[in-house]
Amino acid sequence: MSLTADDVRNVARLARLGADDARIAEYAGELSNILDVVAALEKADTDGVLPMSHPLDLTARLRADEALPVTERDLFQSIAPATADGVYLVPKVIE
Amino acid sequence: MIHEKSIAEIVAARGTGDLSAAEVTAHFQRRIEQFAGGLNSLITRCDEAARHQAGSIGSDAPGALAGIPIVHKDIFCTKGVKTSCGSRMLDNFIAPYDATAVEKLAAAGTVMLGKANMDEFAMGSSNENSFYGPVKNPWNTAYVPGGSSGGSAAAVAAGLAPAATGTDTGGSIRQPAALCGVTGIKPTYGRVSRYGMIAFASSLDQGGCFARSAEDCAAVLGAMAGFDPRDSTSVNREVPDYSAALTGDIKGLKIGLPAEYFAAGLQPASRAVIDKAIAELEALGAEIVEIGLPHTDLAVSTYYVVAPAEASSNLARFDGVRYGYRCDNPVNLEDLYTRSRGEGFGKEVQRRIMIGAYVLSAGYYDAYYLKAQKTRRLIARDFGQAFEQVDLIAAPVTQAPAFKLGEMGDDPVSMYLNDVYTLPASLAGIPGMSVPAGFVDGLPVGLQLLAPWFEEARLLNAGHAFQQVTDWHRQRPEGFE
Repeated sequence: MSLTADDVRNVARLARLGADDARIAEYAGELSNILDVVAALEKADTDGVLPMSHPLDLTARLRADEALPVTERDLFQSIAPATADGVYLVPKVIE
Repeated sequence: MIHEKSIAEIVAARGTGDLSAAEVTAHFQRRIEQFAGGLNSLITRCDEAARHQAGSIGSDAPGALAGIPIVHKDIFCTKGVKTSCGSRMLDNFIAPYDATAVEKLAAAGTVMLGKANMDEFAMGSSNENSFYGPVKNPWNTAYVPGGSSGGSAAAVAAGLAPAATGTDTGGSIRQPAALCGVTGIKPTYGRVSRYGMIAFASSLDQGGCFARSAEDCAAVLGAMAGFDPRDSTSVNREVPDYSAALTGDIKGLKIGLPAEYFAAGLQPASRAVIDKAIAELEALGAEIVEIGLPHTDLAVSTYYVVAPAEASSNLARFDGVRYGYRCDNPVNLEDLYTRSRGEGFGKEVQRRIMIGAYVLSAGYYDAYYLKAQKTRRLIARDFGQAFEQVDLIAAPVTQAPAFKLGEMGDDPVSMYLNDVYTLPASLAGIPGMSVPAGFVDGLPVGLQLLAPWFEEARLLNAGHAFQQVTDWHRQRPEGFE
């Protein structure tokens, strides 16, 4: 499986990873090599095999549906890159 | 010397007043001062806090591990202490809470000396992927310590702490334990809480520990393990007394040798060490039988779909908004995301995120992700069938001892193929352990023991029995005596 630079650009966009053209070219080679290893899966006979999403086939445990107090906002925001008046700041989204 | 004592010996000496917790901590802190910089095994030291805490632990302190110094892999959140996960992305992250494993070990009385270096976000098998630079193997500092918990393994090997925590997603406890000549155990998936353990691949990640012996690992694992309502995949099942299970008797235990783990690829010198270790187990009364794990050859390709897919989803949270690295002067929200992530993550992490995004993307999901989930079941089934015949499995951890720093270059694939003996147990979720078994050219070799789901006690007892008749785990690298 060989990925082109455009394939990698598309995946990088999906993953929100910024990379310049030189890096994109390197990634194309490296990711293609990884997909070559992964290609061994194609030959495996998995007819009738159920997908295994979890090692213990657990079902999700639910807690009681009770509202818990929101605490420690100041502590959590003390490690944020930018906040003001209790909200997180990002560049303007709507002009 | 205090660093040659077992955990039980240190605890006993503290109880009788022969040693104080302050003396014990000071001793290991002196060794950290002397050696940690050269090995690059720690990212953060907690000198003041450790001194303070140790000073408050008297001879009558109740915890099972009261006064035992410990190093935590920097993947575990530690309240008020930098928790970097080996990444530039979290270089400025001061965790606002403790991971459950950290909390439980603190409640047992351990004293945190610092945070161990690791491959970035636990992605790697050599510790060369850390933002803070590679860790060096104490047995030969030109060699890698293994990864991703390389700092933890190197710290225990060099006698910088009696124990260290680690995590294992595809071998990240067993492989560095093998390469550094220490004992390391990855329990059954769900046994140790993942709460506060920074997620890489949520269906695989499992916390565990390193120490010099199975006996010490039993004490530490016993304190870490147990149900946690804050982790939805934590298993509500009683934790047996692992230390009490160490009878040293393995007479009649059926141990299977999977042919697939002894095939081409395993270096002859490593194989000779493993063969000798198996002969020791047989001499102790274990019955050795050949078994098959026929889907082993699918493990690498299965893992490198499942783990990156889960990673791409888990690591989506690092967006430069709420915590962690943010790029300078973002022009818009898209730019904030892409540059923060592009600059904050290292190359290997970005490769895995992209592979994950690719295998989950429209048109490829069935061919890759769904297919890998099916082959994962085939691999897990192999173990289920094998454990109908045998009580334990014995095998090598790696095909060869540690390789040189830089030897693998920047080729991810050659590194991935090395994980072939550790990935299957992670995919199946069974417990596994590495026990020091000998040396090849001065570099340690580990014997891997695997047990059925939740049979950690059996695993630890087999390791303990082996360590009663061998002294590989007592060896220290030259210069670190």
